[in-house]
Amino acid sequence: MYRYDEFDHKLVQERIQQFRHQVKRRLSGELTEDQFKPLRLMNGLYLQLHAYMLRVNVPYGAITSRQMRKFAHVARAYDRGFGHFTTRQNIQYNWVKLEETPDLLAELAEVEVTGIQSSGNCVRNITSDHYAGRIKDELADPRIYCELLRQYTVLHPEFSFLPRKFKIAVTGSPKDRAAVALHDIGLRMHLNDTGKLGFEVLVGGGQGRTPIIAKTIREWLPPEHLMAYVEAILRVYNLSGRRDNIHKARIKIIVNQMGIDQYRELVDQEFDRIKGDAKGIPEAEIQRIKAYFAPPEYEELPDFTDKLNTLRLTDKTFDLWMSSNVAEHKIGGYAIVNLTLKAPDRVPGDITATAMDAVADLADEYSLGEMRVNHRQNLVFVDVKQVDLHSLWKKLGPLELATPNLGQLTDMITCPGLDYCNLANARSIPVAQDINKHFVDVDRLIAIGDFTVNISGCMNACGHHHVGNVGILGVDKHGTEFFQLTLGGSSDEGASLGDRLGRALPQEEVPAAIEAIVDTYIDTREDDERFLDTYRRIGMVPFKEAVYGSVDTKVVA
Amino acid sequence: MMSQMIIANRLIDGLVIYMGPKGEWVDSIDKGAVFEDKQDAQRWLIMAQQAVEDSVVVDPYLIDIDTGGGENLPVGARETIRAFGPSVRTDLLEDAEGNGG
Repeated sequence: MYRYDEFDHKLVQERIQQFRHQVKRRLSGELTEDQFKPLRLMNGLYLQLHAYMLRVNVPYGAITSRQMRKFAHVARAYDRGFGHFTTRQNIQYNWVKLEETPDLLAELAEVEVTGIQSSGNCVRNITSDHYAGRIKDELADPRIYCELLRQYTVLHPEFSFLPRKFKIAVTGSPKDRAAVALHDIGLRMHLNDTGKLGFEVLVGGGQGRTPIIAKTIREWLPPEHLMAYVEAILRVYNLSGRRDNIHKARIKIIVNQMGIDQYRELVDQEFDRIKGDAKGIPEAEIQRIKAYFAPPEYEELPDFTDKLNTLRLTDKTFDLWMSSNVAEHKIGGYAIVNLTLKAPDRVPGDITATAMDAVADLADEYSLGEMRVNHRQNLVFVDVKQVDLHSLWKKLGPLELATPNLGQLTDMITCPGLDYCNLANARSIPVAQDINKHFVDVDRLIAIGDFTVNISGCMNACGHHHVGNVGILGVDKHGTEFFQLTLGGSSDEGASLGDRLGRALPQEEVPAAIEAIVDTYIDTREDDERFLDTYRRIGMVPFKEAVYGSVDTKVVA
Repeated sequence: MMSQMIIANRLIDGLVIYMGPKGEWVDSIDKGAVFEDKQDAQRWLIMAQQAVEDSVVVDPYLIDIDTGGGENLPVGARETIRAFGPSVRTDLLEDAEGNGG
């Protein structure tokens, strides 16, 4: 894990001090809300439906047990005893007090996390693969480059007031677990023809009211030029992005209107201009950062698979959990364990202070003190000995953190929706809970297989509905909440946007509609075909008929 | 019967508050002033703006209230949620130390 150096500490402390003064001036009336709002947002502080909400960055989703304990403490001391993990690998607190926020931020700084740039028109938390550094198919650890970019973009004076927010994601694996094609910049490591490691650079992806899959702006970029190239993209965007219309201000709109070829030409011109300067990342600096992410000293452990198989035979629930929640580690004798925050009746992504403390203790005991949060709002223990899996599983169960539904229909991404969010048109969480109640048969969920359901309470798409295999978008129709379904979305290496199914449904009809979609899929799929592949093969019509019936199909076509 | 109330966030902690009968700010919708006359409501809203100037509240505005059942019930999901809190896991809100994740 990266540790702050003296410069990081100084920068964060100065920022907290500055914010403390700003809060004081706001409370005394010296600053108006209009003046104060951009200042608080730059520190991650929103004013939501019920109270102030603080968004805290978790860089590339990596959390130490010490940080998790601090998250628990903050939830207890400054909030109402729980927090919410988001799709940007952040944690949010829902009821913080303005007057206490500087103290809260000072406490978080003790464990090297901040709210800086978790909001505002700047480069947001840089996200990554939650299996980074631990998965076999990885070419290099993406966290190294996330950290380099984080240091480069935090409080960068030129990029602190961009036309709009800016999101970057990095993956080191061909298997994309970081949704890079849905980012303003997506970086995908691969080898060029000579076998040298570099990045495919994607630009102009995003969700929101105008969802767009990112386009490749450069097939292969050497790592030492990463900063210069990202700077060129940001500079062209900063100069050409629209500031007159918030809905047209994201880079995706500019790239789309200008065309990727013209945008590339402008970026290349700028890149050529600056890459000769001192913008190349010195190899020593890459190595310095890399050292922070050096693998822990693993023990030489025997493969425990046979003994685990025996345990699995004796306990179906353990077997289910092993099948769905445990992934292969690159080191023999170890495993990656996903802790789903998706138990029935739970709020997806929410976690109590008590559970946070318990998770921190378990991470110390079973995962070398380190864990991750992923963009699907689950936690991950990255270094678990296979021999410990059964014991860990038994301890996760009572915490409701062993629900064996990873990647299944009930492992839903769900934004806070109208229960918390000022922007929402409809509630998301009750819809997720309705679906959870409807799909209780574990065997059926396994039979359905890989199936993502993503729910957003408004078109801003924090719940990633555009890229859910089934996407659910909450809309307001004359004061009543309705839900618009989309099919065929995906955020992986074959990313696609969902297609609209038909007219929006009232909340109570959503689970049955999903049931009809699932039934159609099961009846139509070939061999081990995933839902996504069946949809791509047979198209929308059979699903539309299943949900609306043949008469409605004509109406909504 | 359709009436109106004035809602805002309290500056210091952001919590939802309503204007009371004497122009004071109260933390429960039950204690808030109900305006049956629209012009009256507008006049009180101007007074609420003074509380913004005085750095007491943020973003005051009028909401529609149904008082037909003898209670002050906001019209629509958004204001109902603002008045009574999130509609999910209300146990967590009261018992911060509940079990589980």
